[in-house]
Amino acid sequence: MRRAGIVALNTFREAVRDRVLYNLVFFALAMIAASILVGQVSIGIEEMVIVTLGLSAISVIGLLIAVFIGVGLVSKEMDKRTLYALLAKPVRRWEFLLGKFGGLVLTLTVNTAAMAAGLFLALSLVKQGTEHVEGSVLVAVYFILLKLALVVALALLFSCFTTPLLSILYTAGLYIAGLFVTEMRNFQSETMSRGLQTLLRWLSYLLPNFENFDVMAAAAHGRAIPGVLIAQNTAYAALYCAVVLTAAAAIFTRRNLK
Amino acid sequence: MATAAIEIENLTKDYPFGFLHLKKKTSLEGLTMSVEDGEVFGFLGPNGAGKTTTIKLLVGLIFPTAGTARILGKSISDISMHADIGYLPEQPYFYDYLTAAELLDYFARIHDVSSQERRLRVDHMLKKVGLETARKIQLRKYSKGMLQRVGLAQAILHDPKVVILDEPMSGLDPVGRREVRDIILELKQAGKTVMFSTHILSDAEMLCDRVGVIVGGKLRGVGAPDEIVGMKAQAMEILFEYAGAAGLQPLLSKATQTGKRYRMQVSEADLYATLQQLGGARAKILSVSQVKSTLEEYFMHLVEADRAQAPAVEVSGK
Repeated sequence: MRRAGIVALNTFREAVRDRVLYNLVFFALAMIAASILVGQVSIGIEEMVIVTLGLSAISVIGLLIAVFIGVGLVSKEMDKRTLYALLAKPVRRWEFLLGKFGGLVLTLTVNTAAMAAGLFLALSLVKQGTEHVEGSVLVAVYFILLKLALVVALALLFSCFTTPLLSILYTAGLYIAGLFVTEMRNFQSETMSRGLQTLLRWLSYLLPNFENFDVMAAAAHGRAIPGVLIAQNTAYAALYCAVVLTAAAAIFTRRNLK
Repeated sequence: MATAAIEIENLTKDYPFGFLHLKKKTSLEGLTMSVEDGEVFGFLGPNGAGKTTTIKLLVGLIFPTAGTARILGKSISDISMHADIGYLPEQPYFYDYLTAAELLDYFARIHDVSSQERRLRVDHMLKKVGLETARKIQLRKYSKGMLQRVGLAQAILHDPKVVILDEPMSGLDPVGRREVRDIILELKQAGKTVMFSTHILSDAEMLCDRVGVIVGGKLRGVGAPDEIVGMKAQAMEILFEYAGAAGLQPLLSKATQTGKRYRMQVSEADLYATLQQLGGARAKILSVSQVKSTLEEYFMHLVEADRAQAPAVEVSGK
């Protein structure tokens, strides 16, 4: 476990030294600045507009980082053969995977925190006394982070056995499908057989449910987010990540590094 | 009696390929050998012979189809074995966003080296491989030879008992090669076991207590360089001076002349008869020496024999 931590810190260092990350953060800050301008022309609903635009920017930027860096976490190391020297040392393969996952999640946490700080700064500039807006925005940011951790775990899983391009397609496909699990679960059609409907329902339980992490509307309107939802989403993300990482480890542990 | 640091028994590696992976390429076939504790062992073979495959199997980067191997008495699947080995990959490449000092510090952390000890070891290793002045330069700016030096430093950083080097001389200039040779000899003096693969036969001859020659995925010969080249027929070389012309004509036709001097090779069985003949003709014998076949000749002999046997052998671990 200690070695997974060392790998995680190195993965974080790699991301920090990667200029693309800085550009994305700059982009996020620019988006938030733009939201302030929009807010100024949105009389009476400035906070709502800023929260919506800010959270959207944090989510999109985070997703780009999670997918594009996530799919390269293992495949890049295999292509460049940088992991040969590391795996010949007393590092178990699952420790390496956990470290790579932890490193990118740490990177996303720092980035999301920086972007959230920018958002709160923007909010403070137009603040009109609504107190619980900030609390619900904070929860919304936390949910985005949980969602990103889940996306990183999926990208890492695909990265263990397929090419980066296919990993991007699979991860993006699962993410998009995961936004519509409720529709999939409740979908009913006269032309669809009973068996297919059952299959769809089961599939909706298996797919990662990204809908649960979307509380942007509640945050924008300053509605409080129930504590039970926070606990439920935290447990769901942790459990789903654990299952996906276990699958990734099972594949990677058997893989020949040719 | 010396104990084996590395024991390999019937190690085999097949790679499936083709539709549904129904066909297989055999990269290594039933390799059985051992490397004794404290010896320098050279692993020789042409490209695609199975050297890198063997080394990757030993360090756990790939998994055997059949057979077993043990390093210092521990199975290669035992993670604790990795604490006692150092490994230099072929054409090493490292995290290019790190400096050499950062990379070594990272690997030392992995090996549980304390922070104070880490600083000392990193400094010592950078000095040892001649990268002191380049310690703060990111590895992306390093040449191939410099990366090879970093690779060597990370392999011996944690003072391992067994050091496995895959083509350690590759990409190095003559100075670098000399330095690597010195490091290998230092390791031997410190009682470490060193196994390295190489194409450079003169280095193997110079450094190794024993060598193993692998061709077409099969081990073709193991032994001390002197021993294994001795398997080939030897000849004797006679250097003599002779001013006359008539009496020795049949012998002189077999010799190479340089001024008054003649150089001639005869078989061991014919040596004394030839010397008597030369003495009788009043030729002046300057020297008699044994002509040893080189490791290169032995190596080429095995490679050619393998090609003649199976011209379409296609092996690759890459």
